[in-house]
Amino acid sequence: MRRQVLLGAAGVGALALLWEGYKLVAPDDGVVVGELTVLPRTNDIAMPHLWDMAARAFEPVNSATDALPLWVAVLVAAAFTLGVAAVGWVVGVVVGLGTATLMQRFRTAESALLPWVVLSQTVPLIALAPLVRRWGSQLEVGTFDWQDWMSVAVIASYLAFFPVSIGALRGLSSPDAVHLDLMRSYGVGWWRTYRSLRLPAAVPHLIPALRLAAANAVIGTVVAEVSIGLRGGIGRMIVEFGASASADPAKQWSPIFGAVLVGLVAAGVCALIARGLARYRVSEVS
Amino acid sequence: MNSSAPTRATATSAGTAGTPAGTAPDPHAAAAVEVRGVTRRFSSRSGEVVALSDVDLTVRAGEFVSLIGPSGCGKSTLLRLIADLDEPTAGELSVFGRPPRVARQNHDFGIAFQQAGLLPWRSVRTNVELPLQLHGTGRGARRARATELLEMVGLADFAEHLPHQLSGGMQQRVAIARALAERPSLLLMDEPFGALDEMTREHVQTELLRLRAETGAAVVFVTHSIPEAVYLSDRVVVMSARPGQVREVVPVGLGEARDRSDDVREDDAFFDRVRAVREALHGADGTTPRGVDRR
Ligand SMILES: Nc1ncnc2c1ncn2[C@@H]1O[C@H](COP(=O)(O)OP(=O)(O)OP(=O)(O)O)[C@@H](O)[C@H]1O
Ligand SMILES: [Mg+2]
Repeated sequence: MRRQVLLGAAGVGALALLWEGYKLVAPDDGVVVGELTVLPRTNDIAMPHLWDMAARAFEPVNSATDALPLWVAVLVAAAFTLGVAAVGWVVGVVVGLGTATLMQRFRTAESALLPWVVLSQTVPLIALAPLVRRWGSQLEVGTFDWQDWMSVAVIASYLAFFPVSIGALRGLSSPDAVHLDLMRSYGVGWWRTYRSLRLPAAVPHLIPALRLAAANAVIGTVVAEVSIGLRGGIGRMIVEFGASASADPAKQWSPIFGAVLVGLVAAGVCALIARGLARYRVSEVS
Repeated sequence: MNSSAPTRATATSAGTAGTPAGTAPDPHAAAAVEVRGVTRRFSSRSGEVVALSDVDLTVRAGEFVSLIGPSGCGKSTLLRLIADLDEPTAGELSVFGRPPRVARQNHDFGIAFQQAGLLPWRSVRTNVELPLQLHGTGRGARRARATELLEMVGLADFAEHLPHQLSGGMQQRVAIARALAERPSLLLMDEPFGALDEMTREHVQTELLRLRAETGAAVVFVTHSIPEAVYLSDRVVVMSARPGQVREVVPVGLGEARDRSDDVREDDAFFDRVRAVREALHGADGTTPRGVDRR
């Protein structure tokens, strides 16, 4: 654990050194061969100094009198994005597990559903986002009002459910014949076999699937925020600050670090879940 | 049971005649296992395999019967049929006078396989508790029974360990404890000691005899080892392959199996029975079938 933290810190340090080192050595306009820029420009607009980025983070977001410090605004946006991604992740995991369970229970469901599950992931996100938003806005159930953030969460869950359904299907089908025979000899039905054997046996396949789903949910949320135009999250902030990059080049880096932070927190949560389920991950006995 | 049973029974009663006095079956009690004219065919793309052909077998309540024979003669298949993990192509089986399916749903038998088959995420204790838990026994009663069983197999100190922290022999003992959890009146065991070294094996065999004496359960025991079959059993059923059939039933008669101790292994009577089983296995052509361990 300690070793991992040290290695992680060393990695970040190396990256920072590389950034500043390259900026120091390479010419301002990058390395150009003929007409082609083969290495990026290093001027302060393209690659601000790390300490400029840090300093900018502590200044107010804009010139308004009640403006928050930039880092606080980024944290707020990151928390918002994380929340939406979490909703998408949970929905995706539930739907993915449900689909996998259905496919495991009924062989016909597997042949009927699996191709669609795989096909579903070939629909480009950019095409999907406006559609989901339009369908959502037409939804009216009593006083329930469809919000834009829900569209974003739906897209995040759409990306998250895929690895879960595939991983869970493999996991649920993974118990040994001996164990299945044993459950049968106990005369217990499908549901009990599912709970006491299939589900626990699926955990080693499920953990990497949950990780992938978390990464997908975060990326899906950030991209969908941009394509749907949802305010308040990191995605929108990156685009907004990027637009003013020539005037304030260090500013756009704060939300980028914010997005990295969201990813780190998501990965951390998955690591905690994996830890809680450690018992189910011991290697198979003979 | 069908009415043709008595005539068939005489065909396989070679063993019954030789059983020691005092264990004469109560004619009114249902046999632990009745197998009548059972055939099992497997058809696959590469052709049809007759795993069992017209097999008859009776195991009385409380009796220890071993199945021995060359690899592929259908021992596991027969055991799976008794356990209702598979269905015969023809013929009938009954367990305590009932169809195997009913016996399975009544939890009449415990089962142990060549692989211990413990659930790796459950502790030794909760592995033993598994059948009780699945059948709705309360927490307290479950715990008490598991403690008792783990003491019986000498693993009380390992109750909270996970299976992968145990040696193969210890895992196998846990599996046997699990099979005994519901006090079954019939134990079905498919080469449970196949993966053990000779020392552990002899130890666990004696332990099994003791456990059986305490529970009074009938046992159907599949093995590749002639001495093991002779040491443990009241009768040894010798099978032949292609098609799988009962070739001979060898009565052991080393006294009550439940009173047997390790010294029996040195007896002349023991070696005599080992020779009898070996000769039955070799058959008329005098060749030893492959897959039989002649230790
Ligand atoms: N599910 C199955 N499908 C097809 N063939 C099978 C199946 N199970 C068993 N057989 C065949 O039936 C025959 C008997 O198999 P079985 O496993 O009962 O033998 P066995 O006596 O237990 O052998 P071993 O001593 O090696 O365990 C073999 O020829 C095997 O190939
Ligand atoms: Mg076998």
